[in-house]
Amino acid sequence: MLIPHPLLGLRDSQEFTYLGDAALMQRPDPAADGAEAAFCDYVFLRDNPAGVHRELWFHEQGDRSWLVVTRDTTTHEILGAELASNLKLGAAQ
Amino acid sequence: MTRLAGGLIDRSLPLNFTFDGKAYTGFQGDTLASALLANGVQLMGRSFKYHRPRGVVAAGSEEPNALVELRSGARQEPNTRATVAELFDGLAARSQNHIGPLDRDFLAVNDLLSPFFAAGFYYKTFMWPKAFWEKLYEPAIRKAAGLGSLSMLPDPDAYDKGFLHCDLLVVGGGAAGLAAALTAGRAGAEVILADEDFALGGRLLAESDLLDETEASVWIATVRAELDSLPNVRIMTRTTVFGVYDHGIYGAVERVADHLPTPGDKVRQTLWRITAKRAVLAAGATERHIPFADNDRPGVMLAGAMRAYANRWAVSPVKREADAIAIFTNGDDGHRTAMDLIAKGAKVLGVIDVRQTAPRFGDYEVFAGATVTGTKGRLGLNAIEITRNGRSEWHPVGALGVAGGWNPNVHLASHHRGRPVWNADLLSFVPGADGPKGLIPAGAAVGKGGTEEALADGMNAAITALAGIGIVAAGIALPKAANAAAEQVAFWHVPGKKRAWVDFQNDVTVKDIALAHKENMRPVEHLKRWTTLGMATDQGKTSNISALAVMAELTGKSIPETGTTIFRPPYTGVSLSVLGGGDTGTTFRPRRLTPTHHWAEAQGAEFVEVGQWMRAQYFPQAGETHWRQTVDREVLAVRSGVGLCDVTTLGKVDVQGRDAGEFLNRLYANMMGTLKVGMVRYGLMLREDGHAYDDGTCARMAQDHYVVTTTTANAGLVYRQMEFFHQCVWPELDVQLISTTDAWAQIAVAGPNARELLSRVVDDFDLSNEAFPFMACAELTICQGLRARLFRISFSGELAYEIAVPARYGQALIERLMQKGADLGVTPYGTEALGVLRIEKGHAAGSELNGQTTAQMLGLGRMVSPKKDSIGAVMSRREGLAADRRRLVGLKPLDAGTQIMAGSHLFTAGAAQTMETDQGWVTSSCYSPHLQSYIALGFLEAGDARMGEVLVAANPLEGQEMKVEVVSPHFVDPEGGRLRD
Repeated sequence: MLIPHPLLGLRDSQEFTYLGDAALMQRPDPAADGAEAAFCDYVFLRDNPAGVHRELWFHEQGDRSWLVVTRDTTTHEILGAELASNLKLGAAQ
Repeated sequence: MTRLAGGLIDRSLPLNFTFDGKAYTGFQGDTLASALLANGVQLMGRSFKYHRPRGVVAAGSEEPNALVELRSGARQEPNTRATVAELFDGLAARSQNHIGPLDRDFLAVNDLLSPFFAAGFYYKTFMWPKAFWEKLYEPAIRKAAGLGSLSMLPDPDAYDKGFLHCDLLVVGGGAAGLAAALTAGRAGAEVILADEDFALGGRLLAESDLLDETEASVWIATVRAELDSLPNVRIMTRTTVFGVYDHGIYGAVERVADHLPTPGDKVRQTLWRITAKRAVLAAGATERHIPFADNDRPGVMLAGAMRAYANRWAVSPVKREADAIAIFTNGDDGHRTAMDLIAKGAKVLGVIDVRQTAPRFGDYEVFAGATVTGTKGRLGLNAIEITRNGRSEWHPVGALGVAGGWNPNVHLASHHRGRPVWNADLLSFVPGADGPKGLIPAGAAVGKGGTEEALADGMNAAITALAGIGIVAAGIALPKAANAAAEQVAFWHVPGKKRAWVDFQNDVTVKDIALAHKENMRPVEHLKRWTTLGMATDQGKTSNISALAVMAELTGKSIPETGTTIFRPPYTGVSLSVLGGGDTGTTFRPRRLTPTHHWAEAQGAEFVEVGQWMRAQYFPQAGETHWRQTVDREVLAVRSGVGLCDVTTLGKVDVQGRDAGEFLNRLYANMMGTLKVGMVRYGLMLREDGHAYDDGTCARMAQDHYVVTTTTANAGLVYRQMEFFHQCVWPELDVQLISTTDAWAQIAVAGPNARELLSRVVDDFDLSNEAFPFMACAELTICQGLRARLFRISFSGELAYEIAVPARYGQALIERLMQKGADLGVTPYGTEALGVLRIEKGHAAGSELNGQTTAQMLGLGRMVSPKKDSIGAVMSRREGLAADRRRLVGLKPLDAGTQIMAGSHLFTAGAAQTMETDQGWVTSSCYSPHLQSYIALGFLEAGDARMGEVLVAANPLEGQEMKVEVVSPHFVDPEGGRLRD
């Protein structure tokens, strides 16, 4: 597979390490009521869609950036890739 | 000899070879199959199940029958297709699958027992008694079946892997492929042209068709010369593109040296990973045969293969020149073979055409409306029975060509769940529209097998493919060519009572398919598994469609209704050696050497693999006869003098930035932000699920600069996790991370004389306890100006330091320390002594931090700060984890001389040993020379409250049981006075 790195262009997926669902970026508020239940969901429950999936890939053999890659799990078509830090910072603003 | 005139062999280069020990001669350009046929050898092997005599069927990689063993010794290679094995001088080949000589195979008795070997016989026959399967049936079947044999020796050859990128990959170098490559090459596109054959040309080499009114080989040579001259075109012969993978990545094997006696300084094969923006699949087509009674005798082959042998290799496939050749066909294509054979001077009996109104293209006899209904000849064909209008007569022949039509090679087009579709006009499956993205099939691979149409289709495919990536390619002037007559009728097999083979390699007959039908194994997937049809090395290239047609006839459905054959990679067999790409033995994975490795080697150290690292395990000295002697000496030297250990392998991460302290607060369970500059703190990291993950130290070198360490095993994983939280969770924190594990050589200097030794290398640096106390850190220079970092940390429990210098000075540093410490008893120690020292001190390591333990269990519960959030903090307070009462304890055997086995479970003395009564387990164990007793660490239910209790440590696997006393895990200096002095 080839992953369109937003800074480096098309890179071979062998350079990356896969983590999984990009929902892992949404770490629950540890101080909120029901934090334990929220963390249980966060740690143990994942969606596993057949179709478009947003997921985290680490460019471990490259520039060490974490990417959010949008991939169709049924065809392996990659619809986009963004820097995770940009996404997270953008969402915070 | 049955050589004909002409051909594409070099008669000036004769090559000697042997087959089953007998010497023969062939020519440069021959395959093993063509050379054997030229020597009148038709019998090349025995069939898989019935051990029937078999000869060559095809002339390419689809060959199901002529599987031979090549070479000897470690290079012995079974199941090699004689049809693609290039002849070289000195080649030694052997036939397979027989006991006794090939022409008198003892196992031919299987053929007489064939009623017992019907479809599904494995599932029916060897069921009872059950116990017999493992001991009797399976070993016997394994011995009798399976084709070639392995040498059982390691492969002596080198293999490689490589990466290529191109605009257009052309798979196949026949008419369509050459036209595509030339079109794209002239347009300036980056082109790779790959063909499995050693010569370009594909079927053009096998046919007598003229291009521009001259032999096709002339045009091929011209095109090859032009392609060779284009810097943007790479021609890869002997290269099989075997699979299509995601995003235009193609797998290919280049057989670099398979055609040489030994590879010499070359690699044997190379695995290529080709990233192509577009691809043209010009893989051609494979001929199918027509099953009829006893159609498997040596001498019966595909008519197209016969043409290839005659035209390309100048070989007539008969044993004696005087033998006649017959052709059995359901269309015009078989007539081409007759014409070519006649033109070459071979003797042709005639063409048996199933059509009542069969055409005649030349001066030969046509048996119209006739079929072949039988054959004779024990080890090779000598007669066929021709039946016409119910009347049968026998004709002596030496060979029979069978032409059942051509199947486009749709394989690669079906790799991405692309489903081939049935074309009723062509009577074959062609690639569907849903094949791999960017792959355009062309030429015979889409049923356009006429030379003229293949050339044009290849050119157009290249133009279309390149247009998709914004490259405008102009049409090229194609040579003048014609399309041969190709009418045919749907005729799939000759009905009859005798066995008619569909799949030669797996000995599957029409009867087997009928039986599968009767037993309701009708879907093609069931048919395949019940009969083994289409399995093994040829993957049913010549048989799948015929089988489908037979099943369709039995079910009364159409062929597309009955099923579709799709193919997975690889197109042809790929050796495991080349898939490994040469990564075997010591190069199986990267081996990381510590900065002091070569020094340690020179000291005679024994090494141990720790992840990818090679670490010194212990340093034996003269006179030491057992590793324990060495390790005990090293341990005692640390406790009484000073020891040196390379600890470079521990992960190191540089953390810098205004928010470095806050970032580490969130990462570690304990507080790091409050650490004073110039001090070090032990840190415990949890997983987000609340379990202990990793430990190490955090040294604050400056307000905005920390150096943290991880365990050796988790160095990469912890760094990845740190980057994850930095980039994905808290990117607003001002912090930068970099792994410096390989940048710094780090050496532990441990023991009462450590300060004295270090004072001899530092430049004007106050090492006194007041100036540089326990857990201090500093940047300094040593040895007159070498930049270094010094940490006063201790894993052994002794007065100890870790000193770091740029990695390239690691060896010089340890040499200097050894030299300066000679009078202090300086002793290098390895990972074994390191392990003993830490167990004596009760420090947790991998066996205790195994992912199932918590901070509380490790006795570190108070480190999880309730004042702040950190990774895993919330989950560590879950009831199930918080209420866990198991604790890390020390264990001492009542008999000091008996080793406690790590992994033993702990039970109350006298209690039953069950899961319910289990009190805990032993994690680490060693002999403590300091205590002169075996000791161990372990986790015990309420362990902290059970000091002094005597328990049973049981190792039921090996029937061991011993009494142990629960003690503090800190066997040495529990107050920690030594390391603070």
